[in-house]
Amino acid sequence: MTPAVPLAALGRATLGAVAAVGRVAIFAGLILARMVQPPFYARAFVTALMQIGWFSLPVVGLTALFTGGALALQIYSGGARFNAESVVPSIVAIGMVRELGPVLGGLMVAARVASSIAAEIGTMKVTEQIDALVTLSTDPIRYLAVPRVLAATLAVPVLVAVGDTIGIMGGWLVGTTRLNFNSATYIRNTVDFLEFWDVGSGLVKGAAFGFFIALMGCYHGMNSARGAQGVGAATKAAVVSASVLILAANYLLTEVFFTS
Amino acid sequence: MITLTGVTKSFGAKRVLQGVDLTVDSGTSMVVIGGSGTGKSVLIKCILGLVKPDAGTITLDGQDVTLADRDAFLARFGMLFQGGALFDSLRVWENVAFRLMQGALKQPADRARAVAIEKLRRVGLGPDVADLFPAELSGGMQKRVGLARAIAAEPEVIFFDEPTTGLDPIMAGVINALIREIVGEMGATAITITHDMTSVRAIADRVAMLHDGVIRWVGPVGELDATSDPYVQQFVHGRADGPINPVR
Repeated sequence: MTPAVPLAALGRATLGAVAAVGRVAIFAGLILARMVQPPFYARAFVTALMQIGWFSLPVVGLTALFTGGALALQIYSGGARFNAESVVPSIVAIGMVRELGPVLGGLMVAARVASSIAAEIGTMKVTEQIDALVTLSTDPIRYLAVPRVLAATLAVPVLVAVGDTIGIMGGWLVGTTRLNFNSATYIRNTVDFLEFWDVGSGLVKGAAFGFFIALMGCYHGMNSARGAQGVGAATKAAVVSASVLILAANYLLTEVFFTS
Repeated sequence: MITLTGVTKSFGAKRVLQGVDLTVDSGTSMVVIGGSGTGKSVLIKCILGLVKPDAGTITLDGQDVTLADRDAFLARFGMLFQGGALFDSLRVWENVAFRLMQGALKQPADRARAVAIEKLRRVGLGPDVADLFPAELSGGMQKRVGLARAIAAEPEVIFFDEPTTGLDPIMAGVINALIREIVGEMGATAITITHDMTSVRAIADRVAMLHDGVIRWVGPVGELDATSDPYVQQFVHGRADGPINPVR
């Protein structure tokens, strides 16, 4: 094997990755451009809002509840090594609203919603429903993607806010029942310690994560290959790419928000 | 009148259409026959702009379809897809009235629903079907709903992609008769894609055979059996032996 062979493979992979990023960026641009131009499909938007926001509440709430409880236990046992058990309420609160609420909530919504969007739109593609939309003078991006992306961008921050609250409640529940914290003191420490931007940064992250979740679901659904295998591959790609984008965006946004 | 001149389309190395020339006069029912995978569906998708041809021109009443206003152009067409392509999340009447509820043809919902129920009646379905979802219908009923959707806005040109595929012979006969009646009473131009010879004889005024990416034969349906073209003869009689390789 000549040295050029692995280099050529690396070059092909790099070009492929850059082309894929370009295609996603163009798709995102098409969606954003249509968000500010009528016609708008209000009913499709409300349906998407219910599917993405309302029906994700149980999974986000349960995730946050258990995470908040586990976080309280971990911080208590870790803090005990240097007599800092009293920081449990404040660290649970800051951990939930800055990082765990947005990221775990985003990942749970990605698993639930990106897969659902990709499977639904992918099935529409392979059964010619998207072609049917075009023949009925309806732009598939405007009808299918715009309502979902807009709904996810608005709904995920709300889910994050609800998740933050439930996660802090989980910490309070464990703190007061298992770790012998006084309830009023726990709540006062939580409220006093939190700053507006702690919460606000998490909500901004939630909006970005919601955008990526729906974008990946729509993109992979609309580019699904034929057959059940094609739809399955699109669904998997949507969840994986949305999850990776959430984690990468989380790091970048944290750099922007908290290192200056 | 729809005219295709030198239309070519390839997917990667596979050359599906290799210079299709075809004219469909207004008000006639043209049926395009050909084996599976010969590009019949690609042909009508090229006319509709769902697939972009690599070369060649397609005109509707003398106007290049690629230069036409897209919405106005598509408003002149209706299409019945092979699998129905009904929108799962919408009720039957919403599927039928889809075009009437948005864009230039937008009507109030109650008026659109009334039109949908009338079109459903025209294809032999009662108003009780209107509020069902497509998944609650049989294959034959889905085809009828697809047909109702195709004619809802009273288009000038209607495409039928394999209208009887997957249906039993009786239901296939019902769909064929409906297509013939509706196209006749609307005075529409129809292009049907099929390899079902019963459908061909029931629906067609003229027949074109697509083979190896070109129109191999075209003529009135009455001349189909009399032609000496060996490709047409092999296809019409379903023979394994002949110039068409059955393994493609």
